[in-house]
Amino acid sequence: MSVALVTGSTRGIGLAAARRLAEDGVTVVVNGTDAERAAAVAAELGGDALPFDVADADAVQAAVRELFSRHKRLDVLVNNAGILDDALLGMIQPQRTFDVNALGVLNTMQACARLLARGDGGAIVNVASIIGITGNRGQVAYAGSKAAVIGMTRSAAKELAPKVRVNAVAPGFIDTDMTRALDPEIFEERVASVALGRAGTPEEVAEAIAWLASDRARYVTGQVLGVDGGMVI
Amino acid sequence: MSETRLQQAFQTALDLPADTDWQSLAYAQHEHWDSLGHMALVAEIEEAFDIMMDTDDVIAMSSYPVAVEMLRTRYDVDL
Repeated sequence: MSVALVTGSTRGIGLAAARRLAEDGVTVVVNGTDAERAAAVAAELGGDALPFDVADADAVQAAVRELFSRHKRLDVLVNNAGILDDALLGMIQPQRTFDVNALGVLNTMQACARLLARGDGGAIVNVASIIGITGNRGQVAYAGSKAAVIGMTRSAAKELAPKVRVNAVAPGFIDTDMTRALDPEIFEERVASVALGRAGTPEEVAEAIAWLASDRARYVTGQVLGVDGGMVI
Repeated sequence: MSETRLQQAFQTALDLPADTDWQSLAYAQHEHWDSLGHMALVAEIEEAFDIMMDTDDVIAMSSYPVAVEMLRTRYDVDL
């Protein structure tokens, strides 16, 4: 049975991706910084839980070693863990945003790459953001961190081929805890910029993640798939 | 167990001839053991012995003798 590590999978897009992969028969290793919540999700999915902070390179290495000792294989890595800390340029405190959103992806790809390359190979799906392509007012740090994810995705796709496919999804405006925390006026303003006229759901992003992670996308690598309802065309 | 499996992993990853001088084989001293070859070598060794090496060890594995010592002492591989 295939094994997938989904970072940041205790809620939002990561949780939806974990559930969708479990539906496909994949053993999901649930990750988050809340150990209790990770264990609860793992129990729901019949999977496993490995709570760790993706920004802590040593913790990532230790967790992947633990994953290896428990499961002896890794077929899919979904890098979803991320934070959003909106602030105008003069007010930015970017360190944690880059540590989690960008370095976190690098840490897990580095720790997991050789394991993914074993046997028939594997797949990495990074969760970027449409903001990493278009930019947005008040999101300089977030956009920069997600643009880094896109650059890392394309570079890793070249470096890890042919054994490991590396792709990214770039969600647009998705209805999650993170976006529900926005001012209602800003929420509606952002929805108005979506061609399909509504916010996306975590499950709709999870469908794209599951497809890229699966053998159905076996000839796709180095791509960034927008899941944004036509926010950017 | 002899070092045959380890030597096979080196031969496969680095495309080495059978008459390789194992004791003098070192990183960057052979045309195929460059940074790309090194990653292929680590992957081959990990798969051959069903282990997962630490990043520090991956970086420190600078020669065949070092690899032998490392596998014996750090990963309990019976060579």
